[in-house]
Amino acid sequence: MKHILSVLVENKPGVLSRVTGMVSRRGFNIDSLSVGPTEDPTMSRITIIVKADELAYEQLTKQLNKLVSVFKITDLTDTSAIERELVLFKVNAAPDRRNEIIEIANVFRAKIVDVGRSSLTIEATGDESKLKGMEDLFRAYGIKEITRTGKIAMSRASKES
Amino acid sequence: MSERKHDKHASTAGQPRGLGSKNPKQGEEMIGAQAVVASLEAEGVDLVFGYPGGQAIKIYDALYDSKQLHHVLSRHEQGAVHEADGYARATGNVGVVIVTSGPGATNTVTGIATAYMDSVPLVVITGQVPRGVIGTDSFQESDIVGITMPVVKHSFLLQSTDELTSTFREAFHIAASGRPGPVLIDIPSDILSEKMVFNYPDKVNLPSYRPTYRGNAKQIRAAVQRIQRAERPVLYVGGGVISSGAADELVELANALQLPVVTTLMGKGAFPASNPLNIGPVGMHGSKYANLAMTESDLIIACGARFSDRVTGKLSEFAPHADVIHIDIDPAEIGKIRKVQIPIVGDLRGVLAGINEAVSKAGAKPITAPWLAQIAEWRRRFPFYHSDLVEDPGRIVPETVMQKLSRKLDPKHSIVVTEVGQHQMWAAQFIDREKPRTFISSGGLGTMGFGFPAAIGAAFGCPDDQVVCVAGDGSFQMNSQEMATAAINGVPVKVLILDNRALGMVHQWQKLFYNERYSFTELSANPDFCKLADAYSWKSRRITAPEEVDAALDEMLACEGPFLLDVAIPDDQNVFPMVAPGAAMSDVLGAIDVAVGAVRTDVPGQPAPAPEPEKSPCAKIDAQFGGRWESDPEDKGPREGEQPEDADVEGESR
Repeated sequence: MKHILSVLVENKPGVLSRVTGMVSRRGFNIDSLSVGPTEDPTMSRITIIVKADELAYEQLTKQLNKLVSVFKITDLTDTSAIERELVLFKVNAAPDRRNEIIEIANVFRAKIVDVGRSSLTIEATGDESKLKGMEDLFRAYGIKEITRTGKIAMSRASKES
Repeated sequence: MSERKHDKHASTAGQPRGLGSKNPKQGEEMIGAQAVVASLEAEGVDLVFGYPGGQAIKIYDALYDSKQLHHVLSRHEQGAVHEADGYARATGNVGVVIVTSGPGATNTVTGIATAYMDSVPLVVITGQVPRGVIGTDSFQESDIVGITMPVVKHSFLLQSTDELTSTFREAFHIAASGRPGPVLIDIPSDILSEKMVFNYPDKVNLPSYRPTYRGNAKQIRAAVQRIQRAERPVLYVGGGVISSGAADELVELANALQLPVVTTLMGKGAFPASNPLNIGPVGMHGSKYANLAMTESDLIIACGARFSDRVTGKLSEFAPHADVIHIDIDPAEIGKIRKVQIPIVGDLRGVLAGINEAVSKAGAKPITAPWLAQIAEWRRRFPFYHSDLVEDPGRIVPETVMQKLSRKLDPKHSIVVTEVGQHQMWAAQFIDREKPRTFISSGGLGTMGFGFPAAIGAAFGCPDDQVVCVAGDGSFQMNSQEMATAAINGVPVKVLILDNRALGMVHQWQKLFYNERYSFTELSANPDFCKLADAYSWKSRRITAPEEVDAALDEMLACEGPFLLDVAIPDDQNVFPMVAPGAAMSDVLGAIDVAVGAVRTDVPGQPAPAPEPEKSPCAKIDAQFGGRWESDPEDKGPREGEQPEDADVEGESR
């Protein structure tokens, strides 16, 4: 099953490589990865999404915990965590079809960030199902390019003690 | 429970052996290179192994003035790391290595990986190109931190002199505490010439690294209750008992409840061979009786052992009736391979002491007499070796050489170090050890070329002990240049080569499983080892007849300096008993069965049937072992069923 891991690490050179190296070395494929600094400048947070059964997942978290650079691992899988991802779509848009696409973007509360002669670039954030829904609709027009940030996640306030 | 004792043990782990902040150089202004040397001195290091070079030259210049540090110049950086490793295994201290950048650093990789697999504490210091040119492919630049990432416990790329002393303190702390392991410090050479004030810290600031020392009291109680009602228990002992110094506690537990003990290759020496409860090595080349005991057991008490594939064989048939109590300081080892009923994360010494205390408080009585009788019967029936075994007269039998060596060595004041291969297995089978740190071998990585330099390191660490390296002709040639290191430093190490002019272990597999297709395992063009010894001013002897063995061993052990004994053995000797790779542990090949006579039984068919022309031997062996030649990713062992009842283990989640 899919696991969302929020890994708090030292903000030092090479730490991302230690963490991702460990994940791949133990035979896991990373579905999604995002990294950024936290409220504490000496620490970074890595959000990793992997597929693994329970035993393999337990082994992975134990191995990650052994890394000296890892402070804390939070499993956000079973909590109703807030998950977000930002996606940029470059969609084929002949002048006569632009309005349709803009309307779809509006429905999803996405933003048009660039307009070209034959394409529109749309910025969208949201959870997986929303982004998947947009992608399916845009396919009808032809998607030239997709870039995604990878998911980030945070536990909801009600889950915190 | 003797909580105080555990805490005491926990609080000293990883602390400097030396004066720490009270060192005489504290507060002095000096350059980075001098601070490196002063840091090692503050840690109490008196011996370093290494090899100089351009980016390490400043450290070597500072080393020139040190009165405390003795530096041993190896002849290859790999040799230096194995020497430090052997020193660390023999003494329990952190082994220290200094090498230069680029090739000097990359040559350490095999040594570091060897130490990592066997949990040996090392601090490896590598020179690096100056900070300004890192990443420009400058001369002798290599990203050694990146290269070694999968095989170090931790590593540092030093960024400034501000963090120099704290980095050294942390490196030594991490290497020696928790589950020990190698730590690498990469130092750009411009830092080495910068001025700084030397302030060595006593404390480390590592909030993300807190190994769990004290075992959970509830789990210890559960373990004691389970052990008391076990009818067919086995203590399965690995290297963790040795690194935590828990040998006395182990003996106490085994004796109190009359628990039979099997040891892994890494655990050899953790339990005295003379204790009748010791049923010796287990696994691929373990005794048939030890493997039968594991298979039939109802409780395995795993102490600092990790259920390696060389021990378990086919996982789904490994100890099918047994519950498992697994004690280890590394939570990741627990449940990794085998489902565990009672996990205990903690330092073995404290945990075993706690178990012993609870056992004696409960007044528990041993109930294992029928089980021990059963094991004794297996032991009589399937001995390791039998003097009536028919051997070709006139040829030296390696097993008897090892038996004789074992008898001639003082078990309390000798260290046996092995290379890797057939000779290693014979040494493990036939050389008796009475105390920890007296049998040194590359268990996890199986590094040929490890043993000889490690023996030199062990001899430096324990100058009063007789150090014998049991080697093969293949392994010895992988680091034979270290003969110079031994000669120049007057290290009285003894090398016994079981010389079959072959890569014996692979040769054996080819013989048993690959239709005697000896593809590149014959070492016919070996050098004359005695001439080689002579070239390095070593004494030596070569023997070819059985009647020469005793005198040659005596001559070797009596020699005051280094000595090489080249023992010619036939190349068709097999290490038996053997569990074929991927087979069940109870499925033992080549064990002696005295019920039939002094003969080996279940030896794979000889002469081998002619192979089908279109089918390769690999395909055939795949068919025989169900495609499970080395290890089968699908073979997960008995994992189904309920989770451990009580899995709240300290340190398992942070």
